[in-house]
Amino acid sequence: ENTKIRVKPDHSGVVTDGVKHSMNPFCEIAVEEAVKLKEKKLIKEVVAVSCGPTQVTETIRTALAMGCDRGIHVEVSGKDYEAMGPLQISKIFAALAKKEEASLIILGKQAIDDDCNQTGQMTAALLDWPQGTFASEVTIDGEKVKVVREIDGGLETIKISMPAVLTADLRLNTPRYATLPNIMKAKKKKIANMKPADLGVDMVSRVEVLRVDEPPTRLAGVKVETVDDLVAKLRANGTI
Amino acid sequence: MFTAINRRSLQQFLLPFQIRFQSTLVRAEHHNNQLTPIAITAASKVGGEITCLEAGTNCAMVADQISKVQGVKKILVAQHDCYKGLLPGDFWKDESPFILGWDIFKQFNFTHFCAGASAFGKNLLPRLSAKLDVATLSDITEVKSQDTFVRTIYAGNALATVKCNEKVKVFTVRGTSFELAAVAGGRAATEQVASPSPVGMSEWLEQSLTKSYRPELTSAKVVVSGGRGLKSGENFKLLYDLTDKMGAAVGDTRAAVDAGYVPNDMQVGQTGKIVAPVKNPFAIMLAQLKTVVLIKEAIKLAFFRLVEYLEHQH
Repeated sequence: ENTKIRVKPDHSGVVTDGVKHSMNPFCEIAVEEAVKLKEKKLIKEVVAVSCGPTQVTETIRTALAMGCDRGIHVEVSGKDYEAMGPLQISKIFAALAKKEEASLIILGKQAIDDDCNQTGQMTAALLDWPQGTFASEVTIDGEKVKVVREIDGGLETIKISMPAVLTADLRLNTPRYATLPNIMKAKKKKIANMKPADLGVDMVSRVEVLRVDEPPTRLAGVKVETVDDLVAKLRANGTI
Repeated sequence: MFTAINRRSLQQFLLPFQIRFQSTLVRAEHHNNQLTPIAITAASKVGGEITCLEAGTNCAMVADQISKVQGVKKILVAQHDCYKGLLPGDFWKDESPFILGWDIFKQFNFTHFCAGASAFGKNLLPRLSAKLDVATLSDITEVKSQDTFVRTIYAGNALATVKCNEKVKVFTVRGTSFELAAVAGGRAATEQVASPSPVGMSEWLEQSLTKSYRPELTSAKVVVSGGRGLKSGENFKLLYDLTDKMGAAVGDTRAAVDAGYVPNDMQVGQTGKIVAPVKNPFAIMLAQLKTVVLIKEAIKLAFFRLVEYLEHQH
């Protein structure tokens, strides 16, 4: 979380070599919510899915250690992985949801690298399922889910029928730390491997990143001693 | 010897040279009948025609406001009681989903579709985008051309210039990165459009909004933000007094929200509302914030005196 982000000198992207990869914080919250629903006996099985190169198996193991039953690793690497975005991922999830006959898909609302906030919504569209995004509270009520959502200006409550897609917002829950016994148990849980082609998904992306830049550096600050000075400066630059 | 050039052969000759002009559909948004035209400005930078889509239970007042916005050519209005809460899932069934302008989209051959990057826009646009099998560019901060946009990544720690080669460009617009479109000088025509019946997958139950007469956070000209250093909900009252005098909006950090000083909808930062994308408000600031004032010591005293000062001026 406190890793300093550095832009590559050739502006092709952000430096990721040597940076520790860990589960996206919103995804941790999503996993936690799924595991809690299972502990309440409201759902039968939780499958953790991740798309990416070999390293993502570690993330899936973490999810298994938190309480998921089994995992699916959809292998995407190289150029396909670099270009992979919410549209491609949502196609994979939609295909998997049908294959696994899922009744709920829970994802983090956004990834903290690309900050897109789209995958959940896109997956729901491809499946024609209702969506409960930015969820801060989830209650299963028979065949329906009551979702309290964080929206601009406050909270909104909706009720959607299952199967449905939910995306987790920050206040949904506090993810548990995997205990050592659970980490050991997780080693025995199964992770299936597959490729997007196995699911009939075309990974082609029509979006290209032309360049990545540092944000413009701010001009040096001016220190003021008194409130009168502050007001005068704010007046002078048109702020008030 | 004369060669007759009739109209048809001329058209056939020109066909390869026809440029597809930009035509943008903007999903207009409003809060309590007040138009929040953040996406219209971005659409005008794309160039070409702008059509606004407005759907809701009572659209007359907003449609009237939109018609006055310079640059808007036409407004499509879908008014129906079933649009309470405007849930995207409800209108998606095969090819009939309308609230997202799907039918209209195909009918009018739009090249671009955008909305503000509000909770509403972010909830909605990726859905239409997936149906069209195109990517969505979230939260753009700059329009470089009709196919090239700038957006922040890693919570504002980097800026990505992105080229979209999709047949339709779908994007959400960061409110603080564009000027609010002027609600004057426009004379758009309004057209009523039919709405399909809801499918019944989603039901809107209720909303609990923090009532405020202050400017909306994501489009305010001035935001005064307080953090955990203010130490209590009562001290936030100082912030409110100050911002009332300045006509500014109030924001706060996640720490203050989690500590219970203020409600969650006032959170600024990566995972709250993006006022300007900051990972650490005191470490990284972007040019979208025109002026940053840090009050580090004697916070209480500084605010008190500033409030008194502003009181004397008015």
